[in-house]
Amino acid sequence: MADGTSNYVPTVLQDAINWAQKYSLFTYPFATACCAMEFMATMAGRYDIARFGAEFPRFSPRQADLLIVIGTITERQAPVLRRVYDQMIDPKWVMAFGVCASTGGFYQNYTVTPGADQIIPVDVYVPGCPPRPEQVLDGLMALQKRIQEHRGHVQKEIGPTATVSVKDRRKLPLIQDGTTMSLDEEERMPRDGRVI
Amino acid sequence: MASLSESLLQAFPEGIIETGSYLGDEIVVVEREFLVAVLSYLREDPSAAFEMLMDLTAVDYLGQVPRFEVVYELYSVSQKHRIRVKVRVDEASEDCWVPTATSLWLSANWSEREVWDLYGIRFEGHPDLRRILMYEEFVGHPLRKDYPQNARQPLIRRPDAPRTDDQTTRLLEGSHDRRVSG
Repeated sequence: MADGTSNYVPTVLQDAINWAQKYSLFTYPFATACCAMEFMATMAGRYDIARFGAEFPRFSPRQADLLIVIGTITERQAPVLRRVYDQMIDPKWVMAFGVCASTGGFYQNYTVTPGADQIIPVDVYVPGCPPRPEQVLDGLMALQKRIQEHRGHVQKEIGPTATVSVKDRRKLPLIQDGTTMSLDEEERMPRDGRVI
Repeated sequence: MASLSESLLQAFPEGIIETGSYLGDEIVVVEREFLVAVLSYLREDPSAAFEMLMDLTAVDYLGQVPRFEVVYELYSVSQKHRIRVKVRVDEASEDCWVPTATSLWLSANWSEREVWDLYGIRFEGHPDLRRILMYEEFVGHPLRKDYPQNARQPLIRRPDAPRTDDQTTRLLEGSHDRRVSG
């Protein structure tokens, strides 16, 4: 049982880290369309996203760990979204806010990307056109559950953070799908996405 | 007082194909060779005095000959009247052009770029005829009625992105002029 005891401390520590992370999400609102109004309602007093610890929007992706894609993503804008995502620091999560960010919504045409998940991995989808604030909070709680269970896309990619030091993480292999970059790759980003 | 289309018919007896009116606004259809002359007459003549180009757009009547109609919506701030000028252009690429109106109204610059971008109608003499809404890599002109309805030309995609029911964009390559020729 030596293995069991040696895993015990990191596992408990990882649970504590995940618990801390799920209640201190710093959001980056990538707001492109009318859903942003509903996001404002979610932020404001009546629905009060602060109850979930996610009340602090950071308008720099370097300081955020939850990217909320609010609104329609056009093909022309897709490289910008990808760049914002690449600039965020691990671990990070993505919420697709509304049907346009989830699937393109009713814009099934030449100009709109059919969902932010064509560009970046999305952890939680909030449907609605626009979604009501209750739905957003429900999506946030679903994301918190995912964070606690260590099931976020980036969480799974980088593995347990409790046992990997920052220095070690610089040596992690590049993620296969090309959506996340290791820290030493940061200087020459983006790797394959074209950025204007 | 003569109506605008009547005075236009007097000034350009060969240049006016058709006149009409809809909901009190006059409509004239003009030969392309007379377009700049008619537009500058409408702008300069004191009884017309159309200082504003409200909109410049195009319509694709797929199946008809000629296929496209370029539409100029003019408004006179001083006279408080409107007129709609149309010019018909055909599909063949050597014929799919209209003289530019940028020398008359500066606002025509971006409108003509938009029409070029989305319909592929060239504006001869335009100072900077580039795409304005779509990206440079885009092939074809998406508001043409024969552009595939669900074709996408993405700039980037994740390799493992969820599948969609897009039509392939390969079909489009070479079907239209990609850039301004000549």
